[in-house]
Amino acid sequence: MSHYCELSNLTKIYPTPKGPAVIVKDFNLKIKRGEFVALIGHSGCGKSTVLSMLAGLNDISGGGIILAGKELAGAGPDRGVVFQSPCLLPWMTAMENVMLGVDQVFYTASREERRQIAEYYLTVVGLGDAMHKKPAELSQGMKQRVGIARAFALKPRMLLLDEPFGTLDTLTRFELQQVLVDLWNRNHITALQVTHDVDEALFLADRIVMMTNGPEAEVGDILEVPFARPRDRKAVMEHPRYYECREHLTTFLEVHAHRRHNTPTEAPCSLSLRERVRVRGNQALLIVSRKPIPGTVEPWRSSRRDSAPAS
Amino acid sequence: MSFLELKNVSKGYGSNGSRTEVLKDVNLSIEKGEFVAIVGCSGAGKTTLISVIAGLIRPDTGAITLNDLEITEPGTDRSIVFQNYSLLPWLSVYENIYLAVDRVFPNWSPAKKQQHVETHIAMVNLTPARDQRPGQLSGGMRQRVSVARALAMDPQILLLDEPLSALDALTRSTLQEEVSRIWQQNQKTVVMITNDPDEGIYLADRIVPLSAGAGATLGPSIQIDIPRPRDRKALNRDSRYKAARREIIEFLLNSKGDHHTAVTKKLALPDIEPEDLTHPRPLIGGRRAPVRRGEIKRETIGMDL
Repeated sequence: MSHYCELSNLTKIYPTPKGPAVIVKDFNLKIKRGEFVALIGHSGCGKSTVLSMLAGLNDISGGGIILAGKELAGAGPDRGVVFQSPCLLPWMTAMENVMLGVDQVFYTASREERRQIAEYYLTVVGLGDAMHKKPAELSQGMKQRVGIARAFALKPRMLLLDEPFGTLDTLTRFELQQVLVDLWNRNHITALQVTHDVDEALFLADRIVMMTNGPEAEVGDILEVPFARPRDRKAVMEHPRYYECREHLTTFLEVHAHRRHNTPTEAPCSLSLRERVRVRGNQALLIVSRKPIPGTVEPWRSSRRDSAPAS
Repeated sequence: MSFLELKNVSKGYGSNGSRTEVLKDVNLSIEKGEFVAIVGCSGAGKTTLISVIAGLIRPDTGAITLNDLEITEPGTDRSIVFQNYSLLPWLSVYENIYLAVDRVFPNWSPAKKQQHVETHIAMVNLTPARDQRPGQLSGGMRQRVSVARALAMDPQILLLDEPLSALDALTRSTLQEEVSRIWQQNQKTVVMITNDPDEGIYLADRIVPLSAGAGATLGPSIQIDIPRPRDRKALNRDSRYKAARREIIEFLLNSKGDHHTAVTKKLALPDIEPEDLTHPRPLIGGRRAPVRRGEIKRETIGMDL
């Protein structure tokens, strides 16, 4: 088997009354076993859509995904996901949150062994003292540590990280990147991380895939990261090629910042729909028209936000 | 005597037993026309520091002077741009800015006030949206209104409290360019709080890092001598940029560390393979044993307290 995870001609189309909105088009990517790939692009370009299709949380409109020799259908515990907001169950302690998945996946193991697994991962992410606290008592960074422990504890085939550090401040982000790298160094789980942080991608990934802007987002460019593992942040930043790689990525992002499309192309609407959904990236706006005129071409009622210049 | 001067400013919250010192002996002097960025992580006391300068809170000890006058309360000589925009939702862009201008320059003629407001709306490129309410604007546009309002008050000093932190990366970089352009036009004294070292380097003349944790103090100033306008791509090749960046990141990383305590914990990790949940669980035949690849791994891990 040459590639562990293969995304071929992956396409995501959302139907809208104005015609289909193609968010991701013919996205091709092959990931080797044990490889850490970062997916970088501007917000709304469709990187999270690709990740959520891989997670099985979003239907695939075209193409397919093969993981470990099997085509994916739906979500499953063989892919551990770390979301941008930690998504913990608020009435459960950190330990119980991790145990929730562990109990399912390791149901044949003894209760003690399952507890050991959860305890191990919570301690490794630095929550040795706080594992019996509820999410409300934890800071944002600590919640995200629980999220990381929860994903790793399932021993997934693949790790999917959806901008896990996007909402954290610089220093907490550095700490959590370190936590992630330390855990990942123990057993190289194949990973795909979505991010818009150039430095984060360079520190974590073996390969950085740059995505063009949506709609019809696809792979724009790929950068092999030349730094040896295990990596140390200071050493990486001192590496002679660090700023060269960084410039490569910032240039790509800057070029694509100016080729931004905000809304799907206008298409005439002739259906007598009362409700219309406008989709941009992962945001949807539901518009209920007051007077539907059946069979007529009605100019799309745009909110005033779109008539002003993009910010 | 510099333009803005903070001398031994300390501030803490809470009373005797549960008192936390937030700022401790903060000294800072800023010259007229200087753009200073204070970089620190969350919880370091950045917002406390800017609130002290704004006069929204009084320091416990020490003094702050602006133009040799002590700051004791908020005033129109200092204007703030908050992270959460703080616009009045029932007023349009124009009315929000007019309100501020009307308070600061009550003696101006209506025509002059109106013209002043229009100039500032145009400066942040919001003329097409002048009659819209904040609810109809995107986050980036709201923050532009906030910047325009702050500048329309013609303050002696402009305080920016993490103005771009709530925005997505692309909008953030566009607004950074805008702030840079506006600053070059009118050369106001600016104090900006940020948690992003790159944002600081891109915009400021001087960076003052704030140490992490309770009792925060300011680190040594880092001068940024890169000529403006700065180009984000070209910065990657600039040795001054690299040096400044390294210095800030090292300061932040070092200020956080050193409170690790050597507590260790013995842990066991059973080497069990996860079950395939797509197969139905056996109902009869009792418990199956899990697939074990190896022995239980034992490890001792140091814990941070």
